[in-house]
Amino acid sequence: MSETLTGAQALIRALELEGVDVIFGVPGGAILPAYDPLLDSPMRHVLARHEQGAGHMASGYAHASGRVGVMMATSGPGATNLITPLQDAHMDSIPVVAITGQVATRSIGNDAFQEAHTWGISMPCTKHNYLVTDPNDIPDVVREAFHLAATGRPGPVLVDLPKDILAGTMTWHRAGELSLPGYRPSVKGHPKQVKAAVDLILHSARPVLYAGGGIIRADAADELRRFAEMANTPTVTTLMARGAIPDSHPLAMGMPGMHGNYAAITAMQKSDLLIAVGARFDDRVTGDTTTFAPEARIIHVDVDPAEIGKVRAVDVPIVGDAKAVLAQLIATMQKALGDGAAPERAEWFATLRGWQEEHPLHYHQEPEGPIQQQYVIEELHRLTGGNAIVVAGVGQHQMWASQFWGFERPRTWVNSGGLGTMGYAVPAAIGAKAAMPEETVFAIDGDGCFQMTMQELITAATEGIPVKIAVMNNESLGMVKQWQNLFYDGRLSAVEFGSAAPDYVKLAEAMGCAGLRAEHPDDVTPALEKALAINDRPVVVEFRCDPGAMVFPMVPAGGSNDAIVLSIEDLA
Amino acid sequence: MSQHHVISVLVENKPGVLARIASMFARRGFNIHSLAVGPTAEPEMSRITLVVDGPEMEQIIKQLYKLVHVVKVTEMMPADGVEREVMLLRITADSERRGEILDAAGIFEAKAVDVGVKTITFELSGTPAKLADFLELMRPYGIVDLVKSGRIALTKDAKTRNGRPKLRSA
Repeated sequence: MSETLTGAQALIRALELEGVDVIFGVPGGAILPAYDPLLDSPMRHVLARHEQGAGHMASGYAHASGRVGVMMATSGPGATNLITPLQDAHMDSIPVVAITGQVATRSIGNDAFQEAHTWGISMPCTKHNYLVTDPNDIPDVVREAFHLAATGRPGPVLVDLPKDILAGTMTWHRAGELSLPGYRPSVKGHPKQVKAAVDLILHSARPVLYAGGGIIRADAADELRRFAEMANTPTVTTLMARGAIPDSHPLAMGMPGMHGNYAAITAMQKSDLLIAVGARFDDRVTGDTTTFAPEARIIHVDVDPAEIGKVRAVDVPIVGDAKAVLAQLIATMQKALGDGAAPERAEWFATLRGWQEEHPLHYHQEPEGPIQQQYVIEELHRLTGGNAIVVAGVGQHQMWASQFWGFERPRTWVNSGGLGTMGYAVPAAIGAKAAMPEETVFAIDGDGCFQMTMQELITAATEGIPVKIAVMNNESLGMVKQWQNLFYDGRLSAVEFGSAAPDYVKLAEAMGCAGLRAEHPDDVTPALEKALAINDRPVVVEFRCDPGAMVFPMVPAGGSNDAIVLSIEDLA
Repeated sequence: MSQHHVISVLVENKPGVLARIASMFARRGFNIHSLAVGPTAEPEMSRITLVVDGPEMEQIIKQLYKLVHVVKVTEMMPADGVEREVMLLRITADSERRGEILDAAGIFEAKAVDVGVKTITFELSGTPAKLADFLELMRPYGIVDLVKSGRIALTKDAKTRNGRPKLRSA
């Protein structure tokens, strides 16, 4: 009863067996064979307008749902356009699989039409990648690709398929046992280290739980909250971990780092014990590493052993999955505490409250304008009750969204952290909405970012994916302008767009979306209400924002976290 | 030489595995001093012997382990392993000095593998130190050409080793 399939049919069947429900892609010459059996598949294909859009859609899908996102493109330019989304997913540990067409095996290396060395180009920006040379290998390769993308430290995996391999035939078989002798990610932490960690925590006077994106990736938010409560530790959530613990929780301290709040940064700086879980001591968190948290001992929990000790020497290293290790920490601490409770640490908490009261995040909205982005974000939060998936691009609007949106759940914050990919928001929002159609997906985007990938609104409109996009129009590359203002004597070089173009309302309408505009602070609430009421098509709302606004607090790049700049006056 | 570390990397014998390792070293800014690749007793495995510059050995080993096709990484202390290199060395040897040169080569058990009118080519295998010594001895005669293999190494049998724990990770 052997069944003969083409490589392309085998690919589609293997993807179905992985539970794929949506593929984001753009077809082309070399990948054509795969698009034919796709017509007969229950899997949905979302036709992006640019491969980069398809890639970020897959990432947004994975961010919001936790499932592996799938992108598909043809050889050459199709594949190279996926490189930015792949590196983005690599930096933020997002599970995605890229399927790329390749020129026929006999043409590889001959500079054939639309040939690029995709395997070589994508090697450093994927967790692993494949060039398939036999159609019979397809079931195993697809199984391995999804396994690698989703397990251990998640990440992108690329499968490059030459046209003759897709068109050639194979005898269908399901994937066999995985044969990956070099891939054995740790799940549970070493019990001795877990015990050592609990001892340190119980003897610490000024601990800080430093939660990173690994918490979200490992679906460990419940464990994180329970552990924080049991250990009685204030908890900071990095840019990638917003929502890992509810911002309304009394132990939640918000975001640390370059644009974190004063109390979160200073808590880490003055702590005697940092408990890092799924975090990697990124330079945007630590500032100058030589002066970072000088008195802190370090417990570092990470599924990737290479992250432990990479930036900061560690006292208690624990290699393991965040969810599994937190469960171990909870159980071990429970045993250690018996009927007792963790130290009260009244003095430490009083100090933290003092910092929070002294230096809260703040902004001022003049009643007559201009509109402040923070005001738009707070109004949107109020109107939705915080019940939305928020997607951001990269820059000032992203930092304000992270600062001012109160996150209550994991997977409600989708953004590009490690790579800082401008243009991420529009396609990522589409991917998030495709994964979670019942959720309100609201992108908070900058005008610079928006113009990089706005063509994907046509995708959203034609595919019936009603995302909502707030374009914070400050007529400039706001964050770059901020740096030029602060560090280049205000010499503004190539950062101002001018106000003439585009007309975002007309642009939105031309792309099949609803277009709205708010120019005065009084327009903000009605515009947001209107946007939230339109659910039959995507909505773009332009907010004419203060072009001179700057994000504070700020630790200048490479500076010490002891020297937090709270406002422009600090730099005068 | 003291800063060099020898690591033996057991890899799945898959296409591109060497490119993956080289790319990782380039990307992370680690330096490869020498490299040798060859089959092992198991046909599906290859062994890559790398001589690398410290001091980031822990990161190098951990980053190697992150590569899916890397099965095992062993760092060898000089006392733990048997290390060999092969060298082909062509030196100027006119008829007057030929006897002198051949005598010296004899002490090192270097084999003359090619003899021309004005040159002799020697083959010599041994520890890196032995090769270095021979090279110094021959240098005054005039080195015409030189090629060295990457270093290869195996750990000594467990019974003869000093019990240093091996680094490994998942």
